[in-house]
Amino acid sequence: MAASAAVRSAVSLTQRVVRVSPDCSICPLYRLNACTGPTDGFTAPNRRLRTSIGVCQSEDSSSPEEDKRQHLAPREKVNVVFIDRSGQRIPVEARVGDNALHLAHKHGIELEGACEASLACSTCHVYVSSEHYEKLPEPEEREDDMLDMAPMLQENSRLSCQIVLTPELDGMELTLPKVTRNFYVDGHVPKPH
Amino acid sequence: MLTGVRGLSSSSGPRVCIVGGGPAGFYTAQQLLKARQDAAVDIYERLPVPFGLVRFGVAPDHPEVKNVINTFTQTAQHERCSFHGNVNVGKDVTIDELRQAYHAVVLSYGAEGNRSMGIPGEDLPGVFSAKDFVGWYNGLPSNKELHPDLSFETAVILGQGNVALDVARILLAPVEMLKETDITQNALEALAGSKVRRVLIVGRRGPLQIACTIKELREMVNLPNTRADMLPADFEGIAEALKDLPRPRKRLTELMMKAVKEGGDDKAEKCWGLRFFRSPVEVLAGADEKRAAGIRLALNKLEGSGESVRAEVTGQLEDVDCGLIISSIGYKSIPIDPAVPFDPRRAIVPNEMGRVQDTAGLYCSGWVKRGPTGVIATTMNDSFDTARVLIQDMEAGKLDLSVNKPGAQAITALLQTRGVRMVLFSQWEKINAEEEKRGKSLGKAREKLLDVDEMLKIRNVFISIFF
Repeated sequence: MAASAAVRSAVSLTQRVVRVSPDCSICPLYRLNACTGPTDGFTAPNRRLRTSIGVCQSEDSSSPEEDKRQHLAPREKVNVVFIDRSGQRIPVEARVGDNALHLAHKHGIELEGACEASLACSTCHVYVSSEHYEKLPEPEEREDDMLDMAPMLQENSRLSCQIVLTPELDGMELTLPKVTRNFYVDGHVPKPH
Repeated sequence: MLTGVRGLSSSSGPRVCIVGGGPAGFYTAQQLLKARQDAAVDIYERLPVPFGLVRFGVAPDHPEVKNVINTFTQTAQHERCSFHGNVNVGKDVTIDELRQAYHAVVLSYGAEGNRSMGIPGEDLPGVFSAKDFVGWYNGLPSNKELHPDLSFETAVILGQGNVALDVARILLAPVEMLKETDITQNALEALAGSKVRRVLIVGRRGPLQIACTIKELREMVNLPNTRADMLPADFEGIAEALKDLPRPRKRLTELMMKAVKEGGDDKAEKCWGLRFFRSPVEVLAGADEKRAAGIRLALNKLEGSGESVRAEVTGQLEDVDCGLIISSIGYKSIPIDPAVPFDPRRAIVPNEMGRVQDTAGLYCSGWVKRGPTGVIATTMNDSFDTARVLIQDMEAGKLDLSVNKPGAQAITALLQTRGVRMVLFSQWEKINAEEEKRGKSLGKAREKLLDVDEMLKIRNVFISIFF
């Protein structure tokens, strides 16, 4: 058993996922004494997102400590509420510049990001509260193309991996679509032809 | 003897076996592990290497789609999960043996066959299934000797789904676009020397029924040094229908109309076109009768409306000269074990929400459950559904978890006595490192190993170094 573990660590890989324990000190849940314990290993807080525009900021960039370390003015807080598939509201304190999908992962929200924020899937599909939807920049064509494939597409649908927090988005609510599989509203299932 | 890495020595938790190491298998495993902290999940895969169509189906110029491999890798490395490659379920071990060793078995083995056109001349040299053609440029071991002849000017692809468009794009893409990807070296060299200049993508019905998605169509429209060659007649009445279409269909149709209108650079060396209302009826042999030289198409008209639009023959025929014919009309699942019910008409395992019909403890997810359509996200949602149903059954007592099941211990012992050389995930990681190393020296993302024996050799070297 130990030998296999040693063997695994000896194999060098270019993995984009680093499977380490989360650094609790930077997590707002820990700092607010709201942490419910270590995750089950799937929310991978240290997973680096390779976005379509470059490597996403690491979670360190979202803490006041990190801002101080980099001699930056502390970034403004933005409050976001995630509403998960069971309707539960999960308020989250974030910062200007944070990526919504990354934020969701950090807080254990069940949003897959299969393509890791590179506009090649629709698994991070969310509904944006209408007053904040207007404040988001227009989706680029590639995002619209991927949104077209998301089940239960609505007027206020966006891919959360493309949402970067700004001060005007304070109070934004991101709702996860309840439906997880493709079907028509009336229950119709297309027949294979 | 290498056993699965497991932090769990307690035998009181549910043990689940998953047959198939592609997206369906991994996503089902992911959900099971998350939902039950006491569950142990073992994935059995026929090839020595994991990831199924993410590795062998997704086009080489779509590397972002393959990012999902990172998620799957995390799952495989989970302490309660183990991956066993090079195990042929149905041949090396039976479903009944698996059902005895596990509380539940999930079939996620996808669709390895393809629908045939069922027309004369289909077996002539020069005719390929898209499944095999894609397998060839993606390094599927069983397709490495395909040697498609690319010395003809015109290629005809039957079918207009994303796979058909992938094939068209790979045939016409400039080599610069491909040479740093994980396309196999022999395919890259064949494509570099290819004489194919014109690709027609043929569908039975009309523009409003096209099965591809907008991303793939846009890639064709934007392909360098190519122009679109459409038949305006195929688009009669389409502009009027636009306003009533749901957004995805509307945007896709608008893009097609734009391609009809604008065509593209007349000086472009290569061209591609969509052809509608045409069904293949015969592959025509050349004068020497030895290989395909053309295809005979029947012209259709559409009857019905909405979802039930059907193509009906008009009696008119059209012959197209071409030397490369690729049929992309669908993958197809096959039965792998007589103990499992199978619906030959729909080519799926009959099931109710993922519970295999009349067979307690047997489940299915992915293409073998719903049929071979959809992207990774579709399979993901489907696999999550199956996992949920399985968990429900556990919690409702439909699966007897009070019985201890031996799981991988029993199966690996059985496989050993049968001389099966399993490949564990850590050994795949060695193969992975070797592929990346070979790729680096060629300036590519990776150079896939094409030979199962070679993969096993690397695995053996790995064992002998450490044990």
